Amino acid sequence: MTERTAVPGAPPAPSPAPTPSPAPPAASGAPDALPATRLDWKPLALLAAIALLALPAIGSPSTWLTLTVAGLAMGMIVFITASGLTLVFGLMDVLNFGHGVFIAAGAFLATTVLAPLAPWTQADSLASNLAAIFVAMLVAMAACAAIGLAFERVLVRPVYGQHLKQILITMGGMIVGEELIKAIWGPQQIPLPLPQALRGSILVGDAAIERYRLLAVAIGLVVFVALAWTLSRTKIGLLIRAGVQDREMVESLGYRIRRLFVGVFVAGSGLAGLGGVLWGLYQQSVIPQIGAQVNVLLFIVIIIGGLGSTLGCFVGAMLVGLMANYTGFLAPKVALFSNILLMVAILLWRPQGVYPVSNR
Amino acid sequence: MPEAPAPLLALAGVHTRIGAYHILHGVDLEVPEGGLTMLLGRNGAGKTTCLRTIMGLWRASEGTVRFRAEGGGTRELATLDTAAIAQAGIAYVPENMGIFGDLTVRENLLLAARGARRVDDMDTARLEWIFGFFPALRKFWLYPAGKLSGGQKQMLAIARAIVEPRRLLLVDEPTKGLAPAIVSNLADAFGELKAARTTVLLVEQNVAFATRLGDTVAVMDDGRIVHRGTMAALRDDEALQRRLLGLSMAAGH
Repeated sequence: MTERTAVPGAPPAPSPAPTPSPAPPAASGAPDALPATRLDWKPLALLAAIALLALPAIGSPSTWLTLTVAGLAMGMIVFITASGLTLVFGLMDVLNFGHGVFIAAGAFLATTVLAPLAPWTQADSLASNLAAIFVAMLVAMAACAAIGLAFERVLVRPVYGQHLKQILITMGGMIVGEELIKAIWGPQQIPLPLPQALRGSILVGDAAIERYRLLAVAIGLVVFVALAWTLSRTKIGLLIRAGVQDREMVESLGYRIRRLFVGVFVAGSGLAGLGGVLWGLYQQSVIPQIGAQVNVLLFIVIIIGGLGSTLGCFVGAMLVGLMANYTGFLAPKVALFSNILLMVAILLWRPQGVYPVSNR
Repeated sequence: MPEAPAPLLALAGVHTRIGAYHILHGVDLEVPEGGLTMLLGRNGAGKTTCLRTIMGLWRASEGTVRFRAEGGGTRELATLDTAAIAQAGIAYVPENMGIFGDLTVRENLLLAARGARRVDDMDTARLEWIFGFFPALRKFWLYPAGKLSGGQKQMLAIARAIVEPRRLLLVDEPTKGLAPAIVSNLADAFGELKAARTTVLLVEQNVAFATRLGDTVAVMDDGRIVHRGTMAALRDDEALQRRLLGLSMAAGH
């Protein structure tokens, strides 16, 4: 969506603001003369093709549906956590190997927030269950955004433009973060049970679909749509996309890209916190190493997607989620390295990732 | 010939170093208000570095870059960052044009219009004025800018610089690699800008283009300004041309 988003029709969405001249100049021009932006459909077709090819391989349609929903849910959670990482890299060439720490922090914060909310989570009411999760998400996002602000200031800012130092110091940041989590919450695994109404499955035909996965898909879609809207329809979003391509030119147009970058870093950290909550609930337990575990996956996803591309990140996350679930069922041993296999295959096809960012 | 009393922009003794290389060796350059100043010189003379130094993309290690501010009084640009320099009213069209290829023409122009939050906020009359000499931009309004032809990209880059009134335009080799028909189209567009009393500092290799448009001229060599004067005087003095540029302008025709 960042790149080739179709922005159909010349006039932007009608706004409540008073607009004395409603028609933008080009509306009278010739937007009909040319196709507007066309989406590069091949990566999306690949996604569909993988899902369709898995159907005969798995054999049973109900099992296939279960696995597909599981894959999409996992993909959505991965997308939420990785979206910030890809923009941070695209905008400032910053390799943040500490991104995983925000996921871990989000997941552990969820255990802390949900514990006193036990009456809500154990009530057999979907509304109060969702309210509890919602509170946990908000707290995790706010806290991780705040940690992100400090992380950027203390660790990332001194090493702009120095990749080796970035890798070292952000990895160091993650180790420190992990140890801090151990110091606060202890080194052991902490259970993070799903709220009452979200446990179990619903049956669609013969397919059992876990309720929580549906929720994860829904939340992921909301985040995706919100990001897509921000990036394609707001000026801040345009600036982010432009900055990913040519930050010097954005500065030359009179915008301070550092400030934009800090905003993106903070928002990305908050989203990683949200992803951490969802990931912890998906696993139903959290361990301090969760950040380091997910980190590798995140980098695979943003490399598959094309560094800096949000739509690519989305497609990459979905590919990883589906592959993990399909291979986990069909060939559990292959599942151990299916992500790497996927990345190698994609990079052989498109060495810059599925949606390469131009002008870099 | 320029009626303006004090120059809009004045560089004095500007030195710029890029890494280990000392590129500008004390540049003294004045850009009078309301005209088109040509910056000529061989490849590697330091013309692009000069523009980038004005824009703050490279830092001057010595010297001053004074810019006459809107309400009178001068501002020292050498200490400002690029965004602040742009906000002071300077627009820059780099040699590579700096087009945001994944954004549409419309989005490129919207970003250049700092005062507008949405397309509706943009100055419609001014856009129509721009479409008047760059009609392709209207046609490709919703098209990704990266898919435009080289000439159309250059038009977009210049349109971006003038989408709001700016006090000074810095344009780096706009005719580079363009077909003669497009170059002539661009020359017409710069003619329009001159008619609107826009101040332009233009780096150029195309001598025919330069002589057609320039009011004043500065010639660079080896990181210094080696000649300043009016374009008319340089055009009429073939010996001077040969000495400064190693070629005759008549040869360009």
